[in-house]
Amino acid sequence: MNDQALTRSESGEFRLGEVVEASTTLLTAQCYELYTAPPLGSLVRCGTSDGAGHNDDAVYGIVYEVSTNSIDPSRRPIARGRDEDDEDSVYEANPQLSRLLSTEFNALVVGHRRDGTLYRWLAPLPPRIHSFVYDCSDDDLREFSSALDFAPILLSAPIVATDDVLAAFLKRASAVHLDPSGFLVRAGRQLTPLLGGEVQRLNGILRRIAPSQAGFTA
Amino acid sequence: MMTNGGNRGGAWPQGQVGDVAGARSLGMIVSGSLAEGVVVRLDADRSIEEVKVGTFVNIQGQHMRFFGVVTDAALASMDPAMPTQPPDVSDPFIAQVVSGTAAFGTITVEPMLTIGGPDSIAGLDGPQPARTVPPHFSRVGTATDTDISAVFGEEDDRHFWIGSPLDMETRLYLNIEEMVKRSNGVFGKSGTGKTFLTRLLLAGILQKDAASNLVFDMHNEYGWQGTSEGATSTVKGLKQLFPSKVAVFSLDEQSSRTRGINPDYVVRIGLEEIEPEDVQMLRESLNLSEVAADAAYSLQSKFGARRWLKSFLEMPGGEEMRELARDLNVNDRALSTLQNRLSRLMRLPFIDAERGHNSVNRILDYVQNQGMHVVLEFGRYGSNLAAYILVANLLTRRIYARYQQLTDEAAGGDGSQTLRPLVITIEEAHKFLNPGVADQTIFGTIAREMRKYNVTLLVVDQRPSGIDDEIMSQIGTKLTCLLDSERDVDAVLSGVSGSRKLRSVLSRLESRQQALAFGHALPMPVVVQTREYGSAESYASFGWRDERELRAQAERDAADLF
Repeated sequence: MNDQALTRSESGEFRLGEVVEASTTLLTAQCYELYTAPPLGSLVRCGTSDGAGHNDDAVYGIVYEVSTNSIDPSRRPIARGRDEDDEDSVYEANPQLSRLLSTEFNALVVGHRRDGTLYRWLAPLPPRIHSFVYDCSDDDLREFSSALDFAPILLSAPIVATDDVLAAFLKRASAVHLDPSGFLVRAGRQLTPLLGGEVQRLNGILRRIAPSQAGFTA
Repeated sequence: MMTNGGNRGGAWPQGQVGDVAGARSLGMIVSGSLAEGVVVRLDADRSIEEVKVGTFVNIQGQHMRFFGVVTDAALASMDPAMPTQPPDVSDPFIAQVVSGTAAFGTITVEPMLTIGGPDSIAGLDGPQPARTVPPHFSRVGTATDTDISAVFGEEDDRHFWIGSPLDMETRLYLNIEEMVKRSNGVFGKSGTGKTFLTRLLLAGILQKDAASNLVFDMHNEYGWQGTSEGATSTVKGLKQLFPSKVAVFSLDEQSSRTRGINPDYVVRIGLEEIEPEDVQMLRESLNLSEVAADAAYSLQSKFGARRWLKSFLEMPGGEEMRELARDLNVNDRALSTLQNRLSRLMRLPFIDAERGHNSVNRILDYVQNQGMHVVLEFGRYGSNLAAYILVANLLTRRIYARYQQLTDEAAGGDGSQTLRPLVITIEEAHKFLNPGVADQTIFGTIAREMRKYNVTLLVVDQRPSGIDDEIMSQIGTKLTCLLDSERDVDAVLSGVSGSRKLRSVLSRLESRQQALAFGHALPMPVVVQTREYGSAESYASFGWRDERELRAQAERDAADLF
């Protein structure tokens, strides 16, 4: 990760990249640097800013897919590391790679802010192409995750493995709350009625977010 | 943190929001009807184990408060497939999340009363029977002490503390004044505390001075001291607690003296006081045929009112008897059976063949003029059911007749004279009130005509199914201990609204110190954990003081005087 390339906003958020495809429900953003995409389940934001001003207009998304591809679809990368000792050496020996490859991530739109007020449902219009995309601050994430009104959007999204995305989001969000396990229990209880007829699916999500699962950092 | 205005009603739909003031919130109403009771979904953090059938709850409706009772508890789940594919509750986290949400408890609450509301002015009307149900999502909480006293009243000169509602510390009060206006019943199978409860009610009537008591004390339990199944084998009777207000009459002086009691009056019954109606009552216990019992009326018309029994009993058998049988147009065998059985009974020592005794006058003098309470002990004759029935019936009929006369006189007067109400306590009541004799005996008349003449009954019985339906339906307040027999339960609950639910409550009573009380003197049915009776503190609560205290008081008084 190249730190100089990431632009820090006034509220301490990282600028990750720009929107290259936008619809009402989905956003695709290209990262400025190779391999600097936010992890699965991250909350990202396009537009301004910290919720204080009247002109704040922002769209929130949850990252559900990250991909790195060749910029020119007709030119596939080829294996280059036969004579190198480790993977990093491949990139050092071929500095052009960072220009020929790009990392993109897709986010599901789950909320927006208009005139400073946060809404956990779809925005009237998608952001423009080339809108800047930021990684949300802890405060932003805490505020957004304090209610799960957007969960139905996620649970019914036309994407692969929505449950994993939701579980990843909840785990990340729990880390910024004062009582992470309490947060997860309340979140689980809110999800329960949404998955009324699908106990096994609920079970799967709960297993992923259970504090007993490895990787939980509370 | 919660700056988001677009979020409806707070962040988390948790149980703690909108608690009814002072009460512990249980859940909210999700469905139901007035007939079947409303279904309450328990909050996620409430365990179904906390809520027991019979518990009182209050429900905050939109315009008024409802007061209800839990009649059922059930388990429910959100997903119909849950029973076959349960979630992975081996993980404590998952168990914590799904219990109360995906799988949850429900309770059924019967709304009994409403407090306040648009029609009542600041709750002045008191609780009214519920005629509708609270709306969806009304909050339900456990009833508070304030609710209980709003519904059942507080201690005053009419309300008597009988115990506590189930699982509550709050004192429950019974409106004694209202109670004695109707006939009342104490039921329960043997050993469940009928006598205990009756003693408590009698003490209540005494303490609140709501009426005079006349107790036909079959087993010598109420007068001086009674027995208890608990650690202390004897408990104080009414005379010990209220020595200046209670007179003990005895049929069996010897037995009374053996037990250390000096009876205020020894009751004797003159042969001439016995009437054919008394013989009717004895049909069952003396195993008399209908013909034989009816012959008493013919005998009375033949020999005259005061002499018929004496003449009949003195009659030799043989030809004379056959002649009499022909004369009266009855079977001579039936007649001699009647003579046989009656003469055995009439040889009992308290029967006086020579003259009448007018024990009734003595009883009335104590009850009416001195405002006292009379306990009539049967001594050894208590085990003789025929004797009990004969005496109780005979005395009661006369007392009732006198009350009737006095009431009519009072009605004719200027109204300044008010007759002191009388409560007559009888045990083994089904012997007096069974369908065969209920319409002939005085007890049937009293139960039916109720308070017209200021005389009411307190019937104590272990087989309420043996009591005539019509009488049963006239009983105002019923206090029922545990009953097993289906027929007895049916009899007690006949004509009571919501009897199906009460039935489940009744069959789950503990066998000691618990009773289901419902009827006239109570705004709604209630399971009572009866108050303690038998310890020094319990006696003190009736105003009883032991000798040491009395002596100290006397010394203080003496010191004040001089």
